[in-house]
Amino acid sequence: MGELMTKRLIKAVLSGAAIATALGGIAAPAYAQRDPAYAAARAAGEVGEKMDGYLGIVGTETAELRRLVNDINIKRRAVYSQRAQATNATLEEYALTAGCQAILATVPGEKYQAPDGSWQTRTSAPPMRDSRCP
Amino acid sequence: MKPHELTDHEGRATNCTMQGNAAMKGLKISAAVGMASLALAGCVTVEAPTEPIVIELNVNIRQEVIYRLAEDAGNTIEENADIF
Repeated sequence: MGELMTKRLIKAVLSGAAIATALGGIAAPAYAQRDPAYAAARAAGEVGEKMDGYLGIVGTETAELRRLVNDINIKRRAVYSQRAQATNATLEEYALTAGCQAILATVPGEKYQAPDGSWQTRTSAPPMRDSRCP
Repeated sequence: MKPHELTDHEGRATNCTMQGNAAMKGLKISAAVGMASLALAGCVTVEAPTEPIVIELNVNIRQEVIYRLAEDAGNTIEENADIF
Protein backbone atom coordinates (compact mmCIF):
# COMPACT_ATOMS: atom_id res chain seq x y z
CA MET A 1 0.00 0.00 0.00
CA GLY A 2 2.73 2.39 1.04
CA GLU A 3 4.81 1.46 -1.99
CA LEU A 4 1.88 1.99 -4.34
CA MET A 5 1.26 5.44 -2.88
CA THR A 6 4.90 6.36 -3.36
CA LYS A 7 4.82 5.24 -6.99
CA ARG A 8 1.67 7.25 -7.61
CA LEU A 9 3.24 10.28 -5.96
CA ILE A 10 6.35 10.01 -8.10
CA LYS A 11 4.19 9.71 -11.21
CA ALA A 12 2.20 12.78 -10.22
CA VAL A 13 5.35 14.79 -9.54
CA LEU A 14 6.92 13.77 -12.82
CA SER A 15 3.86 14.59 -14.89
CA GLY A 16 3.59 17.90 -13.07
CA ALA A 17 7.17 18.70 -13.96
CA ALA A 18 6.50 17.76 -17.58
CA ILE A 19 3.51 20.11 -17.71
CA ALA A 20 5.55 22.89 -16.10
CA THR A 21 8.32 22.42 -18.66
CA ALA A 22 5.84 22.51 -21.51
CA LEU A 23 4.19 25.63 -20.12
CA GLY A 24 7.56 27.28 -19.62
CA GLY A 25 8.44 26.50 -23.20
CA ILE A 26 5.27 28.18 -24.39
CA ALA A 27 5.58 31.18 -22.03
CA ALA A 28 9.25 31.88 -22.76
CA PRO A 29 8.87 33.89 -26.00
CA ALA A 30 6.47 36.29 -24.25
CA TYR A 31 9.08 37.39 -21.68
CA ALA A 32 9.33 40.86 -23.12
CA GLN A 33 5.89 41.92 -21.89
CA ARG A 34 5.15 44.06 -18.88
CA ASP A 35 4.02 42.38 -15.71
CA PRO A 36 0.21 42.91 -15.42
CA ALA A 37 0.60 44.77 -12.11
CA TYR A 38 3.19 47.09 -13.67
CA ALA A 39 1.07 47.63 -16.78
CA ALA A 40 -1.94 48.46 -14.60
CA ALA A 41 0.03 50.90 -12.40
CA ARG A 42 1.38 52.63 -15.49
CA ALA A 43 -2.03 52.95 -17.08
CA ALA A 44 -3.52 54.26 -13.83
CA GLY A 45 -0.79 56.90 -13.57
CA GLU A 46 0.42 55.53 -10.23
CA VAL A 47 3.92 55.23 -11.60
CA GLY A 48 5.70 57.41 -14.12
CA GLU A 49 8.92 57.79 -16.08
CA LYS A 50 11.50 59.97 -14.35
CA MET A 51 14.09 62.08 -16.15
CA ASP A 52 16.93 60.02 -14.75
CA GLY A 53 15.83 56.86 -16.54
CA TYR A 54 14.10 55.21 -13.63
CA LEU A 55 10.51 54.64 -12.63
CA GLY A 56 8.92 56.82 -9.93
CA ILE A 57 5.80 56.71 -7.78
CA VAL A 58 3.50 59.57 -8.74
CA GLY A 59 0.86 59.73 -6.01
CA THR A 60 0.65 58.15 -2.60
CA GLU A 61 3.29 55.55 -1.96
CA THR A 62 2.13 52.10 -0.96
CA ALA A 63 4.30 49.15 0.01
CA GLU A 64 3.14 47.29 -3.08
CA LEU A 65 3.96 50.18 -5.43
CA ARG A 66 7.34 50.65 -3.81
CA ARG A 67 8.18 46.98 -4.26
CA LEU A 68 7.07 47.07 -7.90
CA VAL A 69 9.04 50.22 -8.67
CA ASN A 70 12.16 49.03 -6.84
CA ASP A 71 12.05 45.71 -8.64
CA ILE A 72 11.89 47.35 -12.07
CA ASN A 73 14.49 49.98 -11.22
CA ILE A 74 16.95 47.35 -10.04
CA LYS A 75 16.50 45.51 -13.33
CA ARG A 76 16.82 48.74 -15.31
CA ARG A 77 19.96 49.65 -13.47
CA ALA A 78 21.50 46.30 -14.31
CA VAL A 79 20.69 46.79 -18.01
CA TYR A 80 21.98 50.40 -17.97
CA SER A 81 25.16 49.31 -16.28
CA GLN A 82 25.80 46.63 -18.88
CA ARG A 83 25.05 48.90 -21.85
CA ALA A 84 26.98 51.82 -20.37
CA GLN A 85 30.04 49.63 -20.17
CA ALA A 86 29.54 48.42 -23.75
CA THR A 87 29.14 51.98 -25.07
CA ASN A 88 31.97 53.42 -22.98
CA ALA A 89 29.62 55.72 -21.09
CA THR A 90 28.88 56.23 -17.41
CA LEU A 91 25.86 54.69 -15.76
CA GLU A 92 24.31 58.15 -15.24
CA GLU A 93 24.89 59.18 -18.84
CA TYR A 94 23.28 56.04 -20.17
CA ALA A 95 20.39 56.17 -17.69
CA LEU A 96 19.64 59.81 -18.53
CA THR A 97 19.63 59.00 -22.24
CA ALA A 98 17.31 56.08 -21.65
CA GLY A 99 15.12 58.44 -19.60
CA CYS A 100 14.85 60.77 -22.62
CA GLN A 101 13.73 57.83 -24.75
CA ALA A 102 11.45 56.30 -22.13
CA ILE A 103 9.61 59.62 -21.65
CA LEU A 104 9.27 59.97 -25.41
CA ALA A 105 7.84 56.43 -25.53
CA THR A 106 5.06 57.14 -23.02
CA VAL A 107 1.55 56.97 -24.43
CA PRO A 108 -1.25 59.49 -23.72
CA GLY A 109 -2.52 59.09 -20.15
CA GLU A 110 0.80 57.87 -18.71
CA LYS A 111 2.84 59.98 -16.33
CA TYR A 112 6.30 61.41 -16.88
CA GLN A 113 8.55 63.86 -15.08
CA ALA A 114 9.06 67.27 -16.68
CA PRO A 115 12.43 69.09 -16.49
CA ASP A 116 11.15 71.13 -13.52
CA GLY A 117 10.61 67.90 -11.60
CA SER A 118 6.81 67.96 -11.74
CA TRP A 119 4.73 65.01 -12.85
CA GLN A 120 2.91 65.49 -16.12
CA THR A 121 0.31 63.43 -17.91
CA ARG A 122 1.33 62.58 -21.43
CA THR A 123 -0.99 63.94 -24.08
CA SER A 124 -0.80 63.54 -27.83
CA ALA A 125 1.58 66.51 -27.81
CA PRO A 126 5.33 65.85 -27.48
CA PRO A 127 6.41 65.49 -23.83
CA MET A 128 8.35 68.24 -22.05
CA ARG A 129 11.88 66.90 -21.90
CA ASP A 130 15.37 67.95 -20.89
CA SER A 131 16.86 70.37 -23.43
CA ARG A 132 19.69 67.90 -24.04
CA CYS A 133 17.37 65.10 -25.12
CA PRO A 134 17.66 64.16 -28.79
CA MET B 1 40.57 126.94 52.78
CA LYS B 2 43.68 124.91 52.45
CA PRO B 3 42.20 121.49 53.19
CA HIS B 4 39.31 122.21 50.93
CA GLU B 5 41.61 123.12 48.07
CA LEU B 6 43.67 119.98 48.63
CA THR B 7 40.61 117.76 48.69
CA ASP B 8 39.32 119.30 45.49
CA HIS B 9 42.64 118.93 43.78
CA GLU B 10 43.14 115.38 44.89
CA GLY B 11 39.69 114.52 43.87
CA ARG B 12 40.21 115.78 40.39
CA ALA B 13 43.62 114.20 40.03
CA THR B 14 42.23 110.84 41.00
CA ASN B 15 39.41 111.18 38.57
CA CYS B 16 41.74 112.11 35.78
CA THR B 17 43.98 109.13 36.35
CA MET B 18 41.01 106.80 36.44
CA GLN B 19 39.61 108.25 33.23
CA GLY B 20 42.95 107.92 31.55
CA ASN B 21 43.16 104.28 32.48
CA ALA B 22 39.66 103.61 31.25
CA ALA B 23 40.40 105.30 27.95
CA MET B 24 43.54 103.24 27.47
CA LYS B 25 41.67 100.04 28.26
CA GLY B 26 38.94 101.00 25.80
CA LEU B 27 41.55 101.61 23.11
CA LYS B 28 43.14 98.24 23.75
CA ILE B 29 39.78 96.49 23.57
CA SER B 30 38.77 98.23 20.38
CA ALA B 31 42.13 97.35 18.85
CA ALA B 32 41.63 93.73 19.76
CA VAL B 33 38.15 93.77 18.30
CA GLY B 34 39.50 95.37 15.15
CA MET B 35 42.14 92.66 14.81
CA ALA B 36 39.59 89.97 15.39
CA SER B 37 37.23 91.36 12.76
CA LEU B 38 40.15 91.64 10.33
CA ALA B 39 40.96 87.99 10.96
CA LEU B 40 37.31 87.06 10.47
CA ALA B 41 37.12 88.98 7.20
CA GLY B 42 39.95 86.80 5.90
CA CYS B 43 38.01 83.59 6.59
CA VAL B 44 35.91 81.93 3.92
CA THR B 45 32.51 81.07 5.29
CA VAL B 46 30.58 78.30 3.57
CA GLU B 47 26.86 78.09 4.14
CA ALA B 48 25.02 74.83 3.57
CA PRO B 49 22.05 75.13 1.18
CA THR B 50 18.72 74.95 2.90
CA GLU B 51 17.12 72.77 0.23
CA PRO B 52 18.52 69.49 -1.03
CA ILE B 53 19.98 69.53 -4.52
CA VAL B 54 18.14 66.98 -6.61
CA ILE B 55 18.68 67.39 -10.34
CA GLU B 56 22.19 68.90 -10.14
CA LEU B 57 23.69 65.41 -10.55
CA ASN B 58 23.00 65.27 -14.25
CA VAL B 59 24.15 68.78 -15.09
CA ASN B 60 27.60 67.62 -16.11
CA ILE B 61 26.28 65.24 -18.74
CA ARG B 62 26.79 66.82 -22.13
CA GLN B 63 24.30 66.79 -24.96
CA GLU B 64 26.75 65.20 -27.39
CA VAL B 65 27.08 62.19 -25.08
CA ILE B 66 23.30 61.80 -25.00
CA TYR B 67 23.12 62.03 -28.78
CA ARG B 68 25.79 59.37 -29.12
CA LEU B 69 23.94 57.00 -26.77
CA ALA B 70 20.41 57.73 -28.01
CA GLU B 71 20.19 54.94 -30.58
CA ASP B 72 21.62 52.31 -28.27
CA ALA B 73 19.32 53.38 -25.43
CA GLY B 74 16.32 53.22 -27.76
CA ASN B 75 17.22 49.65 -28.73
CA THR B 76 17.76 48.72 -25.10
CA ILE B 77 14.25 49.91 -24.24
CA GLU B 78 12.75 47.88 -27.09
CA GLU B 79 14.67 44.76 -26.17
CA ASN B 80 13.71 45.03 -22.51
CA ALA B 81 10.09 46.01 -23.00
CA ASP B 82 9.08 44.12 -19.85
CA ILE B 83 10.84 46.64 -17.60
CA PHE B 84 10.13 49.81 -19.61
